[in-house]
Amino acid sequence: MTLKLTGIRKTFRSSEGPVEVLRGVELAVAAGESVALTGESGSGKSTLLHIAGGLELAEAGEVTLGNMTLTGMNDATRAAARREHFGIVFQQFNLIPSLNVADNVAFQSRLSGRYDPALCQSLVEKLGLNGLEARFPEQLSGGQQQRVAIGRALAGKPQVVLADEPTGNLDEDTSDIVLDLMRILVEDAGAALLMVTHSGRLAAKLDRTVHLSHGLIAA
Amino acid sequence: MSVFLTSLVALLSFWRRHPGQFLTLLGGLTLATALWSGVQAINAEARASYAEAASALGQDELDRLISPDGPFAEDIYIALRRAGWAVSPVLEGTITRDSGVIRVLGIDPITAPPAAQTIDLSATEDLRAFLSGRVYGAPELVATLSEGGFDAPLTASANLASNTLLMDIGLAQQVLDQRGLISHLLLWPSQHKGLPPIAEIAPMLDRVGPDTRSDVASLTNSFHLNLTAFGLLSFAVGLFIVHSAIGLAFEQRRTLFRTLRALGVSARVLVGLLVAETLLFALLAGVLGMIAGFFIAALLLPDVAATLQGLYGAAVDDTLTLRPSWWIGGLAIAILGAAAAAAQSLWRLWRLPILAPAQPRAWARASEAALRRQTALAFALIIAAVSVGFLGDGLLSGFAMLGFGLVGAALLLPVVLSALLRLGARFASGPVSEWFWADTRQQLPGLSLALMALLLALAANIGVSTMVGSFRLTFTGWLDQRLASEVYVTARSEAEAEALREWLEPRVDAILPIWNLEARLAGQPGEVYGVADHPTYRDNWPLLTAAPDVWDRVAAGTGVLINEQLSRREGLFPGDTIRLPRQWDAPIVGVYSDYGNPEPQAMVGLSAFQARYPETPRLRYALRIDPRLASGLMEELQTDFGLPADTMIDQASIKSISLQIFERTFTVTGALNVLTLSVAAIAILTSLLTLARMRLPQLAPLWALGLTRKRLAWFEVLRAALLGALTALAALPVGLLLAWALLAVINVDAFGWRLPMHVFPADWLVLGLLAILAALVAAAWPARWLSTRAPSDLLRIFANER
Amino acid sequence: MKDRTVAVAAALAWFSMADLGSAQGFAGLGETVEDGFTQPVPNPEFSFPADHGAHPSYRIEWWYLTSNLTGSDGKDYGIQWTLFRSALAPTQTDDWSSPQIWMGHAGLTTPDQHFVSETLARDGVGQAGVTTEPFLAFIDDWEMRSTASQDADALSALTLTARGEDFSYALELQADGPLVFQGDRGYSIKSESGQASYYYSQPFYTVSGTLTLPDGDVEVTGSAWLDREWSSQPLEDDQTGWDWFSLHLDTDERVMGFRLRSATGNDFTAATWIAPGGLATALPNGAFQITPLTTTEVAGRGVPTAWRVQIPSRGLDIQTTALNPRSWMETLFPYWEGPIRLSGSHTGRGYLEMTGYE
Repeated sequence: MTLKLTGIRKTFRSSEGPVEVLRGVELAVAAGESVALTGESGSGKSTLLHIAGGLELAEAGEVTLGNMTLTGMNDATRAAARREHFGIVFQQFNLIPSLNVADNVAFQSRLSGRYDPALCQSLVEKLGLNGLEARFPEQLSGGQQQRVAIGRALAGKPQVVLADEPTGNLDEDTSDIVLDLMRILVEDAGAALLMVTHSGRLAAKLDRTVHLSHGLIAA
Repeated sequence: MSVFLTSLVALLSFWRRHPGQFLTLLGGLTLATALWSGVQAINAEARASYAEAASALGQDELDRLISPDGPFAEDIYIALRRAGWAVSPVLEGTITRDSGVIRVLGIDPITAPPAAQTIDLSATEDLRAFLSGRVYGAPELVATLSEGGFDAPLTASANLASNTLLMDIGLAQQVLDQRGLISHLLLWPSQHKGLPPIAEIAPMLDRVGPDTRSDVASLTNSFHLNLTAFGLLSFAVGLFIVHSAIGLAFEQRRTLFRTLRALGVSARVLVGLLVAETLLFALLAGVLGMIAGFFIAALLLPDVAATLQGLYGAAVDDTLTLRPSWWIGGLAIAILGAAAAAAQSLWRLWRLPILAPAQPRAWARASEAALRRQTALAFALIIAAVSVGFLGDGLLSGFAMLGFGLVGAALLLPVVLSALLRLGARFASGPVSEWFWADTRQQLPGLSLALMALLLALAANIGVSTMVGSFRLTFTGWLDQRLASEVYVTARSEAEAEALREWLEPRVDAILPIWNLEARLAGQPGEVYGVADHPTYRDNWPLLTAAPDVWDRVAAGTGVLINEQLSRREGLFPGDTIRLPRQWDAPIVGVYSDYGNPEPQAMVGLSAFQARYPETPRLRYALRIDPRLASGLMEELQTDFGLPADTMIDQASIKSISLQIFERTFTVTGALNVLTLSVAAIAILTSLLTLARMRLPQLAPLWALGLTRKRLAWFEVLRAALLGALTALAALPVGLLLAWALLAVINVDAFGWRLPMHVFPADWLVLGLLAILAALVAAAWPARWLSTRAPSDLLRIFANER
Repeated sequence: MKDRTVAVAAALAWFSMADLGSAQGFAGLGETVEDGFTQPVPNPEFSFPADHGAHPSYRIEWWYLTSNLTGSDGKDYGIQWTLFRSALAPTQTDDWSSPQIWMGHAGLTTPDQHFVSETLARDGVGQAGVTTEPFLAFIDDWEMRSTASQDADALSALTLTARGEDFSYALELQADGPLVFQGDRGYSIKSESGQASYYYSQPFYTVSGTLTLPDGDVEVTGSAWLDREWSSQPLEDDQTGWDWFSLHLDTDERVMGFRLRSATGNDFTAATWIAPGGLATALPNGAFQITPLTTTEVAGRGVPTAWRVQIPSRGLDIQTTALNPRSWMETLFPYWEGPIRLSGSHTGRGYLEMTGYE
């Protein structure tokens, strides 16, 4: 299934009047493809990612996943779609503080009814989280936390993984390790990956890079 | 200085941007101070009234001569005067009118020492009027009596305690029907030299020093301790609010603190600033709380006054006076309270490294270790409570036991709730419900203070309502036993009493004399009653313990009964003896319950009573008659025999008066109970509001993972209801233990009687629902706040720009 | 004010200085009497011993004894013993409701000290009163008790006791003359408009006994004078106070004289010249003339303590000086009362009472 964004427009109100951040963005990410979304600070790349995941609504334009049109759904249906088809990794605060590592990894797959203990276990192993299953998020390092978030995003076998600066809080070495893990695992799952980053070095690790500038994707 | 001021402005600017939090903090401290100072104002007013009563006749300054056998003949007074002793006679007693018990003080203004001259009789006309029958009373009492029921010219005087009538001793002897009798003599401070010793002239009299504490003051002590305990409880509950509000403000200003520190404000200055800020709050809230407290006190005082009057015959003005000591005390407690609530935050600030991460951690998250420490402390307190209960004696240790027990139970609450939630989690199916249980458990530390407050309020509520309910059941049953006769009538003189007996003889089934004598029993002012040998007593009298053939022995005059108060206070039981007037060491054969009477009492057979105390007026009678004929008889007594209506009362009226007094007794406790519960609800609200802000980062991932805001908000409400319900459940055993302690320990010490405990499960259900409702109401606002957060607010959580 | 409470009470009675500022007469005595009190009328017929007792239907009454004494230590002394009765209403009962109030004053004067004691009592319960057979006037432990034989006048022999905080006395009195009736056979006029009292005296006592002072007992002997007086309205509205003299002349004659001072300057005097055998001659208004010679500052006011006393018709022209000019009776209603010495045309001793000096 392909994630497709067409004619996406979004305006923010600022102190100097309305600013049109997205001015008809067109973007498609195919299954198995990994795309890096780059751009200046405040260029609207995070907003675009949020709109792609139905976390935020666009003023105009359409988001489709396969034959589903996310933009036409109500809040509850959109939330259900997010549960079932998306895996999302943010820069921080991804985890549910009251659940331990194992439960966090399994959480979304259980929400979407696709819980697969073997998959979870293999993800934990592949992400190098062995032995940490009983720990709570606050007991983990930043890199470990992000790895749990990736595990959780993939455990539900999503069609699309959205990542917003997933390694933004990590040092360079850890970033590389975490990103490589994510890339490989997404590829293995055959999902699409759309990742916001401002680092060209990281962007280069993905299949292709699109650049957001002045509200449009510069090819 | 400029560092100080600039920084202070920066700190205070926070409150301008968070007016709700400002109001919470101020409101909590105000409420706490208000409840505490309200109770204190009531206590102060009552104590002032006792002092006034005690000083009414210079009793607080003058030595007195009293007889252990009660009132004595005025010949003894004359003998002392004729021997040269400067003494002045006083006759003191009580009469009952519709308005309640009235204390009658008879004095001789001609010989009264200056210290005893309460009323200014310096104008000739005033003295002439007083000697010829003018009676002085407090304005309210005069107003009540003027409407009828007292046959003498009444003049209002603000110098008298509110239930006291002051009159000439001659008139008092008539009013009290104690002709030729005197209760005590006041000794002038200076006496002539060379007088024969008092012991030679009047060997039956004892000289006692000035009374700085009236009997009433010591009797009512327990009642005031009770009120104080409640005030303290409310105050503690109020402090929970303050603590959470201050804690929140502290967390929210961490960034600011860090910045200030980085800019060169020392930790010392910063802490100083926050101390200043706290002080500012305390003063502001203190003043507001005092004003609110004044109104609470003014609202409750009439009921308290009625209680004290009904229960102890203690007169308390029901208008409030502002006393400087009360103001100072109230402000001090506000400052102390604020300091206690802020101490933890200040301590943490003091130890804060300059560049500590400014991200708010989950606020007040307790570690496992802290929880273990708390559990240990809780158990230590509970053990202390149990030991005090076993080893201690007296009211103070009773309250200590309650205090330890309640705080211990409160501290244990988070542990218990945590265990219950863990249990709940076992039955959870599905990730959301698992998350719900786990998350609820993780919320506990932040909510536990508020829940502890709720626990205390609920437990107090259960305890007190169980106590009051048990008392009411017992009391009504007891009234039925005790007031078995249909009509009670009092003659105004011996001659009238004799005529009355003759007149009644053919008209009623039985005439039961109720003759009594005021006397000191075991050193306390009390009464001795003579009772007839009649089935009315044999069948009905509420005996708690009795020797065999108890009524035969009473009738024969070989045994007497004492009331429960006397029995408990002095440890006297059947088999012991009690010293009655005229050196009569009477064997005790039974103990009867005597609720509502603070004084020791003894009952002796009528013939023995007459033989030993022949001069006692024989004026009061209980009449047995077919209940249907009772009202007719009372009418005839007025129209045919010519007794005024206020000399008689029927069973139903006396019961309803007794029950009224009873109900008013607990109005105050009830009111404080409700207030405490509302304070607890507010504590939950503020805690939830506080947590709601911290909750966003915790809930945002769930939202991102596909749970709607609305659903998450409902979970929040459900969680509050669950915690409220569990707390109510935990409060039940605590409340019942409290009720037991009140009935079996506190009541016995405070009032002198022990009551059987009755339980009222329907009340618990109502209270449980009330607790859940309180939690729901408190959760509604933060939940709504949560459900209306814009997605961008939630998304911002995940971004770095914070 | 508080300690005055009771006072003004009995105040109906005598020595209230308070009323002097007003147009009312001294001590409230000049009030128009209503309420059924009996008024003295001329030509009284006394009946003894009954009239030695109380007359409750009259507003005021007193048993007033003064004595000039000489101690075994050679010093002069004086004592006063007074029982006052004041009626709130003209009735008497034998319980607390009796509307009569009793007041006792005792004084003991030495050349340099003056002791005072005062006590108050209700009537009807036995704290104070006067019985006639046998005669006993008492209040608390103070007594004036007859020791006379059955056939003699009850007042002809007495024992007298009183006690204060720091003094007491016990005296035996023996009269060697008859009762003397003042004014017109005991009807004593107090003003030109006719206010009057019943008034008789026993001026012929010789006295012996013991004074107990802070420094010890003193045996004393001397003479004494007893006044009995009762009335319901003895003063005019404008009469502000009186100066009363009782004189024991060394000629064995006795003189009683008083002046009632008037706010309008219209003073009224009366006097009785008593021969050694008891024959009494009343002297008319103006016959008794007194002039203050020395004023002593006592208790914050000026009181004349030396007088020139003249009765021209009897050739009496003497000066009186106080044994102790500070014989101030600091009672609820204060006044001056003390022993005096006489010099001039006659010598002797006496007592002076002055009221209404502000």
